[in-house]
Parts: sequence; C-alpha cells; structure tokens
Amino acid sequence: MRFAVISFPGSNGDHDALMAVEMGLGQPVEPVWYRETDLSRFDVLLIPGGFSYGDYLRAGAIARFAPVMESVARFAADGGPVLGICNGFQVLTEAGLLPGALLRNASLKFNSSWVRLRVENTDTAWTEGLRLDETLRLPIAHGEGRYFADPETLKRLEARGQVVFRYVDARGEATPEGNPNGSVDNIAGVSNERGNVVGLMPHPERAFEPLIGGDDGLKILSAVLRAGVATAVGGL
Amino acid sequence: MNVTAEVLAEVALTENEYRLIVEKLGREPTPVELGMFGAMWSEHCGYKNSRPLLKRFPTDGPYVAQGPGENAGAVDIGDGLVAVLKIESHNHPSAVEPYQGAATGVGGIVRDIFTMGARPIAILDSLHFGPLTEPRNRYLFAGIVGGIGGYGNCLGIPTVAGDIYFDPAYSGNPLVNAMCVGVARRDELMRARASGVGNLVLVVGADTGRDGIHGATFASVDDPEKSHRGVVQVGNPFLEKLLLEACLEVLKTPHVVAMQDLGAAGLTSSAVESASRGEVGIDIDVALVSRRELGMSAYEVMLSESQERMLVIVTPEGLDEVRAIFDHFDLHSDVIGTVTGDGIVRVRDGAEVVAEIPARLLTDECPVYVREGRESIEVAALRTADLYGRSDLSLESDGWLGPTEALLRLLASPNIGSRESVTRTYDSTILTNTVLPPGRGDAAVLRVKGTTLGLAVKTDCNPRYCYLEPFRGGMHAVAEAARNVSCVGAEPMAITNCLNFGNPERLEVYYQLSRAIDGMAAACEALRTPVVSGNVSLYNESGDESILPTPTVGMVGRLADVRTAVGMGLVPGGTVYLLGPLEATLGASEYLAEVHGMVAGSPPDLDLDLEARVQRATRGAIQRGLAAAAHDCSEGGVAVALAETCIVGGVGGHFDLATALAANVGRLDATLFGEAGSRVLLQAVPDGEAALESWLAEERVPFARVGRADGEDVVIDGMIETTVAAVTGAWRSALER
Repeated sequence: MRFAVISFPGSNGDHDALMAVEMGLGQPVEPVWYRETDLSRFDVLLIPGGFSYGDYLRAGAIARFAPVMESVARFAADGGPVLGICNGFQVLTEAGLLPGALLRNASLKFNSSWVRLRVENTDTAWTEGLRLDETLRLPIAHGEGRYFADPETLKRLEARGQVVFRYVDARGEATPEGNPNGSVDNIAGVSNERGNVVGLMPHPERAFEPLIGGDDGLKILSAVLRAGVATAVGGL
Repeated sequence: MNVTAEVLAEVALTENEYRLIVEKLGREPTPVELGMFGAMWSEHCGYKNSRPLLKRFPTDGPYVAQGPGENAGAVDIGDGLVAVLKIESHNHPSAVEPYQGAATGVGGIVRDIFTMGARPIAILDSLHFGPLTEPRNRYLFAGIVGGIGGYGNCLGIPTVAGDIYFDPAYSGNPLVNAMCVGVARRDELMRARASGVGNLVLVVGADTGRDGIHGATFASVDDPEKSHRGVVQVGNPFLEKLLLEACLEVLKTPHVVAMQDLGAAGLTSSAVESASRGEVGIDIDVALVSRRELGMSAYEVMLSESQERMLVIVTPEGLDEVRAIFDHFDLHSDVIGTVTGDGIVRVRDGAEVVAEIPARLLTDECPVYVREGRESIEVAALRTADLYGRSDLSLESDGWLGPTEALLRLLASPNIGSRESVTRTYDSTILTNTVLPPGRGDAAVLRVKGTTLGLAVKTDCNPRYCYLEPFRGGMHAVAEAARNVSCVGAEPMAITNCLNFGNPERLEVYYQLSRAIDGMAAACEALRTPVVSGNVSLYNESGDESILPTPTVGMVGRLADVRTAVGMGLVPGGTVYLLGPLEATLGASEYLAEVHGMVAGSPPDLDLDLEARVQRATRGAIQRGLAAAAHDCSEGGVAVALAETCIVGGVGGHFDLATALAANVGRLDATLFGEAGSRVLLQAVPDGEAALESWLAEERVPFARVGRADGEDVVIDGMIETTVAAVTGAWRSALER
C-alpha cells in the first residue's frame, strides 16, 4: 500500500511518520507538500503532527485552507483511509472531517510523556485487528490536546462508536489520573461516521520499535494493511 | 565625525580602542563603521578578554573533524558520520525578556548546527536561577522554561538533557546556555568561509527589523536590567523550521560555498566573519536587504539582530536552483552583494559607500587584553573554614537532625530534586531517536538511524566548586560531564563549553576565569575530550554582585552499539557497587549549603588518573553487558545517589555503608552526604556479580559492595530507614512547591 505523509509549512512530525512507515511497516511512502493537489497515486493518507503555520491563530486553523486539503477531503469522501496525528488531528477537526475540537491542555502546559490508551472500537480502518479494550502505550507531546465536543455531539459519538481511543490509567480505567490533558470523557481519538478517517493526539508514529520506548504504534499504523487485505487484493 | 563619550558608550568602545581604530584605518570611522567595530570588538564577538586564555584548551585529537573557529565543532563518530556540537549563552536577553530571550537562544544555537550541514537531533539547556522563593526569579524561571519549550517543540527537535541550578548569586542575572547536537556526513560538512571572487551573497529568511540592535554589545555590559528592552529579539520558530529544511536541502546542491547564520551583530558579523575566514572581501548593498519597517538606516540594517536569517554564498550559475529551493519553502531571499578579492568589507547604501574596512581589522586585529587576576581574600578564607566543628547528624530520636530526615530534605531541595515538571514541558520523543529520555540516565542517549551508533549528551558544572576553588571546579565540570556520559555506557568524545563569568576587569573574576580554564584544560587532556567549540559570556553581574563562576560543559559521547546503553534505575535483584574513593568531604557540598547554610571548604580533590580509570571501567562494564544500571555520585553524596537509583528504578534497596563510615572517621554526614570525584554506583545484572567484580579488578579500580536492590524499603543499615514512596515523594516535590 502506498502511503502519503501530508506536510504543511511547520509540520514537524512528517519525518517520524515517513520513518514509521518505512522502517516500521516496510511500506512505500512519500512526503506530499501542501501545494500538491493530486493524491490519486496513494492508498493511505497520514497527516502528521507539528505546528502547521506555527499554530498561529489556532492549531490547524490555517492548514485547513491549504490547497492539498480539498484533495484530502475528496479522498476521505471516497472512503480512503486517513489518519490525523496530533496537529494532524487538529487540522482534520478544523476542516470538519472529524467532529469536536482540541483546546489547550487543562494544565495550560505542554505535556510530553508516555500515556496509556484503550481501544474503544475495532471497527475502523485504523483499529482493524486490534482487540476491544486492549491498551496501548504511546507518547504524547502537545499543548493543545484537550478534546472537546458539546454534549449532543458527544452523545451521538458514543452511540455511533466514533470514540476510538480513550486515555486510561495503569489499571486500564478511564480515570482523571489517566487523563493527561483534561479531555472530555478521556477521549484521545475519534473517527468519522464511516470509520475511515481517524484522529488522535498520541503519536503512534513515534512508537515503532522497542529501542525508542515501544512499538505499540505499529498496531495502529498497520491496521490499515489488515483492513486492506479484508476488502481487496492480496499480495501485501 | 563628532565622537563623544556618549557615542562611544553606545557602541561600548573605550577611548583607547577608538584611537586604535583611527590609527588602523588611517582616518576617522564613519558612523556605520564605528557601529561595526563596536559589535565586532565586543567580548561577545571578539573574545578580547578571553582569547589568550582560550588558547590553553586542547582542541585537537584523533576524532576532531572540526575544532573551534567555525559555527560549531564536529567529531567523527564512525560510519562516515560526525556529531556537530555547540553551546551558547543567551543570558542577558533572558534577564530582560525571559520567554523570548530563551527562545531565541535555542533558535540561534540550532542555526549554528544546521549551518554546518548537520541535521539537529537534540537540544540541551543549562539553566541557572536565583531561589524560586523570590517572585522575580519565579517569573524568570517560568518564562525561560516556557521559551525553551515553545521554540524547540515547534521546531521539532527534542530537548533531551541539561541541568538546572539555583543559587542567590543568579538572582537578577539568570544563565541560559543552550546547546544543540546534530549529525552530518563528514564529507558533507559545510564551512562558513566565503570564497570565489564573483560569488553571490544571499540573505535568506526573515525581513530585517529594528529588533536587537546592539545585542552583541549589550551582552558584554554589566546589569542587563538597566538596559533597553528593544535590544531583545523575538523568535519565530515556524520560520526557523522552514529555514532549517530549506538550508539542508540547498546544501545538497553543489552551488553553496559557505553558509553563516545572522546571530549576534547580525549582518555585520556574518559578512565580516565569513570574509575574514575565507581571506576574501565582501561587497554588499544594504538597500537590497528586505526590511520589516520603513526608514531604517544603513547602521540599523547592519546591526539588526532580527532572528531567523541566513547568509548564503552561492555561485552565480547555481543561483536559480538555490532560490527555487528557498521559494519552495516560501522563504524570501535577496542577493545583496558579491565576494571580492580585496579583503575589504564594503557596505553600500545604494550609490553611497557607508563602510569600507579590511575584514581582518574587525576580527584578527580586535585588541586583546591580558589582565591580572588575584584570588579574593574572602574566598580563600571560606575555603579554610572549619567544616567539622558543627554537630554530626544524630541517630537519637530527639537529635537535632537524623540521617533519614536529612536525606528527605536534600531530595526535596531545588538543586537535587526531580526536574520532571520542567522536562515534561519539552518534547523529548520527536525524531524517534530517543533511547534514554530525560531523567532515566545520567545522560540522554539518542540512536543514529541507519547505524548501530548512539550518542550520549549532557551538560554539567558545579558553580559552588568553581567559586571556592576555580581550578578544581573547572576539572570537576569536565570530569562530571564525562562521568555522566560514561554512566550510560558511552565513550566521551569532545566538549563544547560556555564560560559564564562576571566582569573580567575585576581581579577576582579574571582569576576565576583563568584558573577555571586551567582546570578544565587539565581534565580535557586527561580524559581525552578536546574542546571543539564554545562561547564566552562575561559581565554577568547585577548591581555589585557577580554570578558564581559557571563554566558549563556540554559533552558528547559515542556508543558503538546503542542497544547496550543503561539508565540509572536499579533493577530488582542486582548487587550495587560503589566505584572510587570511600572518603568524601563536606567541603563545597550541597549538604553543607542546604543544611548548615554554609558555602565553605574546599571542593573534593580530583585524581584525574583514577577518574579516567573509573570511567573506563564503568562504560566497559556496560558495553560488556555486565551492568544493569549506573549513576554518578555527585551533589548530595552516596545516600542521595542511592535514593535516586531507587526512585528511577521504582525499587527499594538494602545497603550497608559501614566501611565508608570507617573511612570517614565515623562522621555520618560525610559518609552519607559528603562529596567526592570519581565515584560511580554500578549495579551488576542479577547473578552477574562474579563477572562484574573480576572486570573491575582487571581494570584496577577501587570498589566496594554496598548492597542489593529489592522490595519497597530504602535502608542504609544503622543510618537510614525509609521507603521508595517517601523518597520519591520528597524528590518529586522539589520544583513543584
């Protein structure tokens, strides 16, 4: 499967996303600069973390107007798998491809640490093959990662299984101790209704081998390969 | 030109220096020229007080790929690669505007690294503050830590290590020393040496504004708070990220002959230094420089310190290709002049020539002052104070202070306690190279992708040691940094240093500077870690108070196989050994300062031969897989070090220091909290005691068994009895109060 890593000016997680796909998954991957509009050669899109446009105005608020975003929206509408990580998640919420918004951390401080996530829905392009309630250990590094949505939206998300990942403590419970940024209902990642677009604040692309602290990230990044096998061609 | 004392004060030149300029030029300087001289002959750019002293450092060795004199130094790490390293101060700007001062300090040092053609992979910061009990210091602390994180996080370079130190001497004059480490192919290292008559001079990146004019001279005067806020620059990490990627891309083309960032003294220093290094001239027109604001004079353009700008020298045939790359990254570039063969830096403002100076006059011919130093009588007296006249710790339940209480107090003290509340605000996992993150080991360890190599990085200095005995303090600074790197299993390769001192025109400050340099040089020789780059920051004073002498050392070490690295956390079951001397001193110790409020005595003696052997034995044991954990025993002595290894490992331990007590003539305080050089706690892998002991014997290092890790209690027989939870709680509370 051919992966694209979409970069905006100020993206800084692009390098890690490229490495995770290349070194961790052994799949072909290419960086795509924000001015490109033709994404037809790709099977999967990753929107990496960073500070697109310096996060000036609001995280992700300017990137959503970048030329490439129209093609991203079309790709998503056609059912193509899209994963937004950290700033990429913020961009997808700003672009309306994912519900909710990301606010400043409750601590008002940047938080760089390792957290635990619980898989809440295995029926998305990015959780295919994972176990329900399985916990993953991934790094976070953000100042604006507090997931927020109004109560109506939350109710809808829960009902439709769009909450994909939740922050949990060492015992696997979604407690305040397990919540690194004050996200509502410990939400760490959500999907669109169709389940092909997922966004999360933690960084699966920074956890692709034990030497750098863990390889749980590969479980998420490789889900799309399994989903691909289920739906179409062999020979992956 | 009408030169008054006021005019000279503005450019921080003395009357004698002015006369020297007139003599060398054979005429009066123009205003622009005078400003250029002021900047280039400042301590910050010209090293006029420190240059003769810096010559004492060893700067060469088998691995040195680039020594001092370029934007950064470089050492060969094998596989055709070099590690590029440099540390630099941003003390004065951070005292005035802490967030931006620290942020632009990070920005500047990162530019120094990628200018060399290296991809920056790690940022370190050595920070010094007055006590946080004072609101002003708290404000500086929050701003500086915020600025470092704000810039580095956005840039996408992990901040992985450093050190933080508190002492009243830094109130009002905090130290912000930022270090960056990068990796490049040795055969692709770029230099900042202009060459090739007719080649073009490009300025790339931010437009030029009025910010930071006289920053270099400002950095070289006393009492920053008196000075003007306008001299501080504002950072834009977003732009720097684009500049970083674009410059590394441009350097892959064959068209770039030199690259130099616009740092202190802006366009003046970058043009002058690259011309001088390449022994060529440069002819530029300031009218061609894009401005941020209207009505800027040639003087202002030449001295602006607007951030995120680069000077790039390109061949005329390569111009289009190079500009296309900058355009791709939405970066503005101006061709502002050419390289000439006459050795003169000529500055035009449209049709008018506003400056015409031989480049050498501004660099090599900067006056040099060899000053006199004399030790302060007061410090000499402190050193001979009676340290043991005070009561020892008491084992009685109603005694004045028991060892367990003292341990908890030291763990909760600002100089020893956990730095996690700070390091958590720095992105330490980006770039997916971080093998040992902040707080897990004595140094941070990063893997080098595509190889089995690892780099270990750390900054260090004990300013109290340097204050009480600068020669020993200087030795310890280098030795401790090297020990830290050895404790993760790496071979110390080279250092960069940042010499932070007070006003060198004062006898006692010059003495400190000179002696600390001698001590550092001795340790660098003995440990084979040459100085490959560095920076000097003098005039760190507020009011009449000078800071403690602070020669910060930034060390880079190499691991042939990064998978062998170990941290400081104990694992359950392994025996713990103390390598090095059993005898310690309370002189200059953290215990004496924290518990008795005394800054006195001599810092510990340091036997450099023993130091080298202990370090070699430590990293050898780690590389051979004989050790599960290692931790340097420094501030707070053995008891604090043991507690730290338990905290990080999340495991208790049962220890016995009876032989150490005997070696310290029965003094509990010296045994538990006394300090000494060349000491390392090394833990054998469980059931690997025999193999480790025979290795240590073979390496001829003194060692003693001190106990074993297990359970949830932390016990030192007959002295200390507490729990992992209690020591962890105390340690974590240090900066969170």
